[in-house]
This record gives sequence, structure tokens and C-alpha cells, in this order.
Amino acid sequence: MRNKDNAKAPPLLFWGAALCACIAAIPLVYLAIRIGGAGFNEIISILSRLRTWETVGISVGLAIVVVTACLLISYPTALLLTRTQLPLRRFWFTTVALPLAIPSYVAAYAWVALIPGMNGFWAAALVLTAVSFPYVLLPLLVSLRSADMGLEQVARSLGGKPTAAFFSTTFRHSIPAAAAGSLLVALYVLSDFGAVALLRVDAFTRVIYTSYRASFDRNTAAVLAGMLVILAVILISLERKARGRSLKFRADKGVSSITVARPLTPVLSALSSLWFFAIAVITLGIPITSLLIRLAEGTLRALDWAELMNAVVNTAWISALGAVIAVLLALPIATLTSQFHRKSTSTIESISYSGLALPGIVIGLSLVYLSLNTVPFLYQSFVLLAFAYAVLFLPKSLGASRSSLETVPPALGQVAQTLGYSPLRAWLSTSGRISLPGIAAGGLLVMLTAMKELPATLMLRPTGFDTLATELWSRTELAAFGAAAPYALALILLAAIPSFALSRGFLTSEKETMVSA
Amino acid sequence: MSLLRRNPRSSSSRSNYRAQLSAVAAAALLLPVLAACSSGSSSSASTDASTDSADSGDLVVYSGRSEELVGPLFAEFTKATGITISARYGDSAELAAQMLEEGDRSPAQVYFSQDAGALGSVEELLSTLPESVTSLVAEQYRAVNNTWTGVTGRARVIAYDAQNVPADQVPQSVFELTDEKWRGQVAIAPTNASFQSFVTAMRMTQGEEVTKEWLTGLVNNDVQSYEKNALILDAVDSGQVKLGLINHYYWYQKAAEVGEENMRAQISFMAPKDPGSLVNVAGVGILNGASENPAAIEFVQWLLSPTTQEWFVTNTFEYPLMAGIAAAPNLPALDTLAGPDIKLAQLADLPGTLAMLQDVGLL
Repeated sequence: MRNKDNAKAPPLLFWGAALCACIAAIPLVYLAIRIGGAGFNEIISILSRLRTWETVGISVGLAIVVVTACLLISYPTALLLTRTQLPLRRFWFTTVALPLAIPSYVAAYAWVALIPGMNGFWAAALVLTAVSFPYVLLPLLVSLRSADMGLEQVARSLGGKPTAAFFSTTFRHSIPAAAAGSLLVALYVLSDFGAVALLRVDAFTRVIYTSYRASFDRNTAAVLAGMLVILAVILISLERKARGRSLKFRADKGVSSITVARPLTPVLSALSSLWFFAIAVITLGIPITSLLIRLAEGTLRALDWAELMNAVVNTAWISALGAVIAVLLALPIATLTSQFHRKSTSTIESISYSGLALPGIVIGLSLVYLSLNTVPFLYQSFVLLAFAYAVLFLPKSLGASRSSLETVPPALGQVAQTLGYSPLRAWLSTSGRISLPGIAAGGLLVMLTAMKELPATLMLRPTGFDTLATELWSRTELAAFGAAAPYALALILLAAIPSFALSRGFLTSEKETMVSA
Repeated sequence: MSLLRRNPRSSSSRSNYRAQLSAVAAAALLLPVLAACSSGSSSSASTDASTDSADSGDLVVYSGRSEELVGPLFAEFTKATGITISARYGDSAELAAQMLEEGDRSPAQVYFSQDAGALGSVEELLSTLPESVTSLVAEQYRAVNNTWTGVTGRARVIAYDAQNVPADQVPQSVFELTDEKWRGQVAIAPTNASFQSFVTAMRMTQGEEVTKEWLTGLVNNDVQSYEKNALILDAVDSGQVKLGLINHYYWYQKAAEVGEENMRAQISFMAPKDPGSLVNVAGVGILNGASENPAAIEFVQWLLSPTTQEWFVTNTFEYPLMAGIAAAPNLPALDTLAGPDIKLAQLADLPGTLAMLQDVGLL
């Protein structure tokens, strides 16, 4: 269904995508400048410090544990949701995406407030898993449902046991989805600061923050951040390998390929419900309850509703604007990489992912530096802040757009062009139209993440422009946790809207698939 | 990543689903437009036309002190002088890093910091303050070259769990904290600027060797590291640890939030001259580009006026640094604290402290 591997992309598309990828790589330019300022000897002394490697080890270990945990949670969950007649299935479908709405720093704070002694590596692993497992679960759900059951049935008709048949067909089909989700989770864990700081883990980002905050040594910090980029590149190439191993065959038309939802025995049904209940309690129940307790404890100053609403409105529109820019930047890259598989196109894709492992403070400072040196009139404007969100979260939109564009046969667009449509119009009326849901989903994911972003927002927002995240920060800085609770809850509620829309998408299509079956 | 790839065979569901998501996407696209209209009417946000932040207020202040705390104070300033302030809030050190990155192009005119160390790090960007300002504050609480001055003082104290530690057994010196008796029971915030300043002061007064030995002793005594003072106070207040080194006003602020009678944690001041009784400052400086700006000078002078200093006494419980203004009645007088013999400007050797903290494994 794709262009032949050696087909060449139209130059306009190729260079358009390359330009968008370069925009996404802007933070790397800054890093290169600062690392250059560090000098060879300094770099060697940083790299030879045992402590540096200890903290890198802790961060990598944390990423491995969290990714493993996310996979262990997501596979059974996705199988139960796609393959069984689970009680309250529609309800659980909607619930599993909602943890995305909870910022890691809010979740960590809520847990610590509830269980004061909680800290350390495993505590951080728990909290990070709870907030990030939907990144693995959502693509997995889609993959399992679009998997061709026909293949699995062929495998079984050839004498394979159900589990063996599953592992040799559907499971292999799902590897790219799981790998893509795992990549997002791993990069997220590497760049997270809020949760590891609150839970007192000596993660690598803490070292980076310390060298900014305490020594004001931007060169050293840049060398450390550069190490994160290298880690990211390694992870991206691992993901690419996993993607290459996917199963790309389909059974012939004579075999039924509809996914059958099986009834569960009462015991299994109860156990499954318990599983979902436990997930909901850990990922949503505990953080929200903890915030409500803080809210009930009262606060020094009464809640200013106008201030809260102002922050809600600001957060909503600036993150939406960021999402729109991210989608626009992602589309050329996604179109290119979904249709043309060459070394140069995969390089373009890797470049656009590399910034995702960088902590927000590095992205923030790099945009401060670069915008002042290129477009000073845009400094600390809405445009720059929205643009920062787009650069930060472009990979999230990219993945969703690419995989939905991959399902569109390029022949469609070619036919449209032979009918006299311009290339752009042909794209809009074929690929663009068909993959709109996937593209929109990518945009929602960017919007959702941008709402929770803090460090770059603090540096780049227009002076006096408050979002929910900055208001929340301002209150927790002061230890006014009671006053912070309404803002944390408002942020969760607002971010729940795009999360809800994301899971809603699955549910709608699911229902109708069942009907047509 | 295939977030929403769907079964290609069910075309009826596709159109329905697409309609739904498209509606969401359209709403997302429209939101900026709608909000831009509404934010025009809202008070603080500047309009799209004025991307230059300096247009939205007479004076641009980068404030490392939080909006909750000093926002009302800035409003008072505007009421008193008619000068409007565009305040940019952030972490003191991160704002300093941002200003260093901005260099000459910085929109900031005044920098109001939580901590002397952050002010010291941007000295090259700051202009010399007029004598009318510097004469108000004792020499030990300002920069040697007068590029910044302290506004209010914050004392280092020890917070203790009053349910488990009787007041008469609370250590009077930081040197007692390495005692076996407190194994695993002492909380510190090694990444926090006030802790680092305290270690620097200790190095200056007690010498490198003594300080390093003390830090090693802490580590061997299973000291507990936290990210911030407020979290240490929470830990002591919930009985997680018995002792914690913090700044005095955190206790007063928490007490104001939850009620003094509900505080399990109490605080105690260290003996005079002990390194643990250092008094650090929150301070202010004027950036080079604004050195001739009368509004900037007026603002700094106003921070060091009796009314404003009184405001800090009642609202933040910090020590007023202007001579002749009394501290909150329940606080020991500033001169009795008498911290270690050191000028705050001597705290500039932060790199040495960081190296030592890294050496002993606390950073």
C-alpha cells in the first residue's frame, strides 16, 4: 500500500518536512552553542564525575521500570477492553485515558500529602507509571482492535494453541504500537523533574536543575542536557528497530477477521472489574481525594473565582494554539515519513523527536536565547509561548498523525491528481480527510500536555499572563497548599476534556464496529 | 504511534467518529479567537498588539518572590505612586539564569530576589544603587559594590517535632546534629539556595575542613534530603523526622495557613554566632538599562520605606532590614541572633560549596 521503498519524495514535501524538523530541533542549536562554550576540559571533568553516572543510572533505571510497569498494565487492560464482554466496559474505556490529565508534580504532591513518608525510587516509579501508562495503553487499544483476527484464526487452524496463536500474530502486530508508547513514556521519565524532586529521587534532571539554580553554570548544565539528548537518540533507534519487526500481513478475504468480544465467567468478570477498579483508584482516586482533603482543610485567603476563571481561559486557548501549531508542523513530517521510507526521511523523524527528553528549563532557556537573537519583538509574546509548546510536544502529534496517514493508500492522492487536482488539494481531499481523526487526536494530546507544562511557561509567557500551572506553582512555592488545591483540581478538570475526547473516540467507533458485526 | 487508527472496514463509524473529533478540533481552533476577544477585556493580560511586555506597565519587575506574597504589595505601590508594575514571577535562580541568557536585551528593569546568592550571580547586569538607598541598610546585608541591597532578612532556624522532642533538648548548635542520637532524624534541603548559603557561611567562619567533616558526619548519620524548606516543615509537622533546618518564616506562614494551634512542628533559633543562625536576605537590584529610570529607583526606595517594611513584618514575618523598624513581637531581635561573623557578599563562593556538597554526596 505504500510507495516503493526506493521511491523519491516530491522535493517540496521533503524540504518542507526537513524545515519543520529543524524547527523542532531548535533547542539543540542552543545546546550546541552552550556545550561549545564549556570547553573540552570542562566536559571531560563533568563526564569523569562518578556522581554524574550514578544519577544517569538512576534515571535510566527509573525509565526501564516505568516502561515495564506500563506494558504490564497496558496489555491485560487492552485485551480485556477489546476482547471481552467486561461489565461497564464503556465506562472503563473512558476512564483509562483520564490519568493523562494529572500532571506528575500534582500526582506526586498528592501522594506525599496522603502518605507523608513516601519517597524514593519505587515511589517515583509508582507515580510516574500512574500518570503515564495511557501513553502505552491508548495506541495498544487501537492496535489490538485493528489487528487482523483472521491471522490468529489461521494460526489456530494450523494447530497452534490460543496463546501461541496470539503471540505469533496479534501480539507481533501490536509491537510497534507498544514500542511507540514506550518511547513516549521513557522520554517523559527521563525529562521529568516535578515528581522525582518531590519524591526525593536523585535523578539526572535534578543534577541539571541544580547546576542552573545553584551555580548558574549554563555550560555545565548544557553538557548534562546533551547527555539526555544522546540517551533519547538511543531510545529512538530502539523504537525504530521494534517498529521494523511488525507483522504487516493480512489474511485473505475468506477468513473472518472481526474481533469477537468473549463473555467472561462470573469469577473472571469480578476479577477484571477489581483490576480496573484498582487502576482507577491508584491513578485517579488517590490524587483527587488527597487534593479534596487539602481543599477541605481550608486556606488563608478566600478563592478568587475571577482569577481562577481567567487562568482557565488562558490555559485553554494558549494550549489550543500550541496544539494547532504543533499539528501544522507535524503534518509535512508525518506525510513524508508515512509514505516514503528512506534513510533521510527517518533522520528527519529522529531529529523531531530528540527534544522530548530535554527538561523544560533547557527548552525554556534555549528559546529565550534564540528568540532574543533572531526575533526579539516576539520575545515573551503569546506567539512565542504557543510556539514553544509546539516545539516541545511536536513528537506527540507526529506519532498520531503518521500512523493514521499510514493507513491511507497513496494511490488515492495520485488518482485525485490525475483528475486535475493540485497536489495540496489532492492531499486535502484524500489523505487529509481520511486521517483527520488521527491528526485531531495528536492535536488533543499536545493540548493536554501543554496545559500541564510549567518551566517553559514561566520563562516565556507574556508578563502578567497567568495559566493554571503558573498559578498552582505560585501557591505551592509559598506552601499554601490549601490555596493551590482549587487550581490543581481545575487543571485536572480542564485537561480531562481532551483526555475524554480521546477515549470517546475509541468508544464511538467501538460501538459501531459491534453493531456492524 | 497509532493513537487512533481504526478498523478500516467500518466506514459508517468512521464518518461519525470523524465528525466528532473534527468538531473537537474545530472548537480547539476557535478557542484562541474567542479567548483573544475576551482576554482583551480582562485586566492583566496585555493585548496582542503589544508584544513588547514593557508597554503593559511602567516598570518591569522580575520577581523571585511569589505573586501570592508580593502581588498585593505591588498593588499598594501603584496606589501610592501611580506607577504600574508588570511583574514577572518565577523561581529566583531560574529568573537569574533567564536574565543571564537575555543579557543586554533583558526587558527586566528591577530584579527582586528571594536570595542573596542569585543577586550575586547577576551582579554584572546590575547598576550601582544610589546612596539614598544603600544608606538605609547595614553594610553586611548588601553587595560590596552596592549593586544590590537586602530588603528583608530571613533567619536559619531548626524546626522540631514538639511531640517527640522536648523544647529543652532541641540542639543549640548545628554541630549537635551529627550526634548518633539524631540518626536518620535530621532533614536538610541540599539543593536549596538558603541551605547552600548557610554552608558557604560555615566554610567562611569555621574553615573548609571543619565544614567538610560536619557534612560527612551528617551523611554518615543518615541525614534526610528534601527539595524545599516547605517540604521539610511538612515532614517535621507530620512526624516523619524529628528535626529540620529551614528559614524561620516558613513556620509562620504555615501557621497562618493552618492555624498556630494545629502546628505539631515548632521552631527554635540556634545559639548566637553558631553557623546555623545565619541571616540571609531577600533583596533587590536595578538592571543596567534602567539605572536612570526614576520609577525603578522610586520602587527600590519604597521597598525600604517604613510602611513597606512594616508590611513585611506583619505579612511575611521576615526581619525588616531598615534601621529603626521592629521585627514581629514573637521573634528574637535581629541583632541578638548575631549569626556567624560574615557579610552576605562573602557568600559569593557558591561553586566551592557546591563542589564540597558534591564531594560528600549530598548533591
